[in-house]
Amino acid sequence: MAHIIDRRLNGKNKSAVNRERFLRRFKAQIKEAVSKAIKGRSITDIDSGEKVSIPVKDVSEPVFHHGKGGVTENVHPGNEEFIKGDRFNRPQGGAGGGGGKASQDGEGEDDFAFELSREEFMNVFFEDLALPNLVKTQLMGIEEMKSVRAGYTSDGTPTNISIVRSLRGALARRVALSAPTLSELNEVEEDLDTLLESDEEHDIEVREKRKRIHMLRERLASIPFIDPFDLRYNNRVRQPKPTSQAVMFCIMDVSGSMDEAKKDMAKRFFILLYLFLQRNYEKIEVVFIRHHTSAVEVNEHDFFHSRESGGTVVSSALNLMKEIVYKRYNSSEWNIYVAQASDGDNWDSDSANCAQILSESLLPLCQYYAYVEITESEPQNLWYEYLKVKERCKHFAMQRIHSTADIYPVFREIFKRQPATRA
Amino acid sequence: MTPISTGSEWTFDLLDEYERAIREIAVKEYGLDVYPVQLEVISAEQMMDAYSSVGMPVNYHHWSFGKHFVSTEKSYKRGHMGLAYEIVINSNPCIAYLMEENSMTMQALVIAHAAFGHNSFFKGNYLFRTWTDASAIVDYLVFAKSYIARCEERYGIDAVEELLDSCHALMNYGVDRYKRPQKLSLAKEQARQEEREQYLQMQVNDLWRTIPRPAKSGGEHEPVRFPSEPQENLLYFIEKSAPLLEPWQREIVRIVRKVAQYFYPQRQTQVMNEGWATFWHYTIMNRLFAKGLVTDGAMMEFLQSHTNVVYQPPVTARWYNGINPYALGFAMYQDIKRICEEPTEEDRLWFPDIAGSNWQQTLDFAMKNFKDESFVSQYLSPKLIRDFRFFSIRDDDRDSTLLVSAIHDDEGYRDVRQKLSEQYNLGSREPNIQVWSVNVRGDRGLTLRHTMHRRRPLEAGSAHEVLKHVARLWGFDVRLESVNEAGDVEQTFEVKHLPEQLSLQSA
Repeated sequence: MAHIIDRRLNGKNKSAVNRERFLRRFKAQIKEAVSKAIKGRSITDIDSGEKVSIPVKDVSEPVFHHGKGGVTENVHPGNEEFIKGDRFNRPQGGAGGGGGKASQDGEGEDDFAFELSREEFMNVFFEDLALPNLVKTQLMGIEEMKSVRAGYTSDGTPTNISIVRSLRGALARRVALSAPTLSELNEVEEDLDTLLESDEEHDIEVREKRKRIHMLRERLASIPFIDPFDLRYNNRVRQPKPTSQAVMFCIMDVSGSMDEAKKDMAKRFFILLYLFLQRNYEKIEVVFIRHHTSAVEVNEHDFFHSRESGGTVVSSALNLMKEIVYKRYNSSEWNIYVAQASDGDNWDSDSANCAQILSESLLPLCQYYAYVEITESEPQNLWYEYLKVKERCKHFAMQRIHSTADIYPVFREIFKRQPATRA
Repeated sequence: MTPISTGSEWTFDLLDEYERAIREIAVKEYGLDVYPVQLEVISAEQMMDAYSSVGMPVNYHHWSFGKHFVSTEKSYKRGHMGLAYEIVINSNPCIAYLMEENSMTMQALVIAHAAFGHNSFFKGNYLFRTWTDASAIVDYLVFAKSYIARCEERYGIDAVEELLDSCHALMNYGVDRYKRPQKLSLAKEQARQEEREQYLQMQVNDLWRTIPRPAKSGGEHEPVRFPSEPQENLLYFIEKSAPLLEPWQREIVRIVRKVAQYFYPQRQTQVMNEGWATFWHYTIMNRLFAKGLVTDGAMMEFLQSHTNVVYQPPVTARWYNGINPYALGFAMYQDIKRICEEPTEEDRLWFPDIAGSNWQQTLDFAMKNFKDESFVSQYLSPKLIRDFRFFSIRDDDRDSTLLVSAIHDDEGYRDVRQKLSEQYNLGSREPNIQVWSVNVRGDRGLTLRHTMHRRRPLEAGSAHEVLKHVARLWGFDVRLESVNEAGDVEQTFEVKHLPEQLSLQSA
């Protein structure tokens, strides 16, 4: 009588559009939440969803309703002690006897909280960085897959039919199915021969045998040459492409002039490089080196959160990095990437020194070296020295940035190089 | 008889068998009149989808549905909330969703509750018969969805979204409460849509024609009042008379209004509708058990969830959140049945016409001809008032204390009953706001009037927000006056129409 329909196979994402509309509408709030989240997150942990909350009053949909005041009369269940005419004080804050009112009148301080999926989170993050779409998909993409032969299946598209396998199967089936019939046929034929050779009259029996032989032959003929059942298809499975390991050095100037905002920008820059590496390498290690007049290797928290003051000697960090590379990351096994962020300050006579260390000992070891200068003032001598390095080395990129949107150009080079490294 | 099934797993064959057995009881034995049933098995995710589009199988896109989805998803994933067992759509055929996670017993419960309980209510109750057309709603929503999608393409998502926001704010004021509506029909709707667009625009243009008339108007002292009478249906008034709306915008206002109209009966029959469905799943499951078609175990499972559904926490409980419509409705139908079958002296006094009558006919009559408000005032018996220990509290802001105005005793029964009925009266639950006048000759400002009920004021923050939406739709300044019972204006809100909002027009 009733129709019973299985809808489970219908798409479950009917609400995807509405969800997207929702995110679209509260973009500003979500963006803010995301940038807050980025501050709070480790750069190696950027690649997951995020809980976001926006003030309830922003998402509320207003309708006319009654406010406090006037006369209200409500019926409640569960009277325990009252009789008509009793009077009592208004319960405070709607707790207890008032019932039901708290939710209506209270504006509700709570935030409207929900979770962004990884993809949504990344989208917002990338939007800030003004990444082109192609790059976004490259960064967000999961591991590169390649398809590998994996035997045969009984199911597939016609283009994948394996002829040899299918025919081999068909042959085996034909042999197996016809064997009993064939042996019986042989027997009956022999019987017929003996009957014909003997002198006695066996007309009826002979006719019987002939009929039988005819039938068996027909049965043999009805075994199909090839059956859908025999078809075999080449099977291919997708396997993640083997990738190798990389180490990423984050070098940052933490002298007094690097304030929170600059560090935040630097962090985004590091995140971006990390994401890029993550897509290309199975195993990534991150080394944090911070420096003022002397450099020290620290953990991520200290890297971003502690403040130092004093002068700046960039070469100290470069020397430390060189040491670490020789000690721990033998460059034949590791792909080395370096991201350096600074506000451009350096002790004057040190800059030339830096350029020398870079071009002589570090750059030959690295896959890529990116330098960002987060400043609004005139470039200082470190910048000019680095410019010279840039002319000589192709895998050295540098950029001055004022806002997060400026970070991307640094990476343009690196993404351009993509097809080459892929091939 | 042997039970239909013993395990908790369901299969499509079992669903079919249960449905037959339930249909046998509901239709043959108890004579429920139902639309054809369409059971759809869905997954939990799909249930969340259905939730967030207010239960409709198709609906237009809007961020607010996304918001519902997001919050449902969150609380479901964290385990704060189980999903409802069922969603049922007032359509012909009546679509009831079954969630795949449910056990066989729960599926049977849902079939009885939704596919027969709610279904027969949709088909029988006068409000649903008057205000909704079950055979047209799905088609109409398909039309609405594609129309709105086309508008989004032509005029941009933002323009449509703003408009929908504004309409949603007035959704509760999109129904003629007293005039009977015309039925929806997709065919008519589409055929007339274009014609209507042009015609309407013409009319509006006419209304606002600014070319001065020749000096015929000698008697200009008597300003023409517009609208000639106050209008309760704000959305309708805007659709027909807002001066600056484009034809497509009028059509969208109309769509929201029609959807509001479709849900109008549901808001007024919560107790009756849920109570009816609960009464029938309870009756049907017991009958199945009596016939030996379900096992003891299944019955225990059923009773446990049934008990949860009809639990009414007392006012003193921390989780008390008003009267549970399932509990009250179920109790009332059970009570009516009891009055029919085993009336006491008191019942004979209070309900002389139904005491001792045929319970099926009495229930059928009650289901068909009432809404929550009148149902309570007609059928709430003293016994139930005692059972629930109902009492009423009067909160007068001029008094420093609250007053217990009536309790479950002889002198209080009628009082409690009348007050509870009033509590379900949509007219007093929601502020009464009507279109009062339009300044046709001057600034074209629109004045709304809130007639205060028992001195209850509007909540100012939200009223101001809603007025902004009205101003956006109207295109000129909007005022709202709260008028007390003596006819004096107590509170006024005013929203100036900002020129930027003109971006609404032909984006």
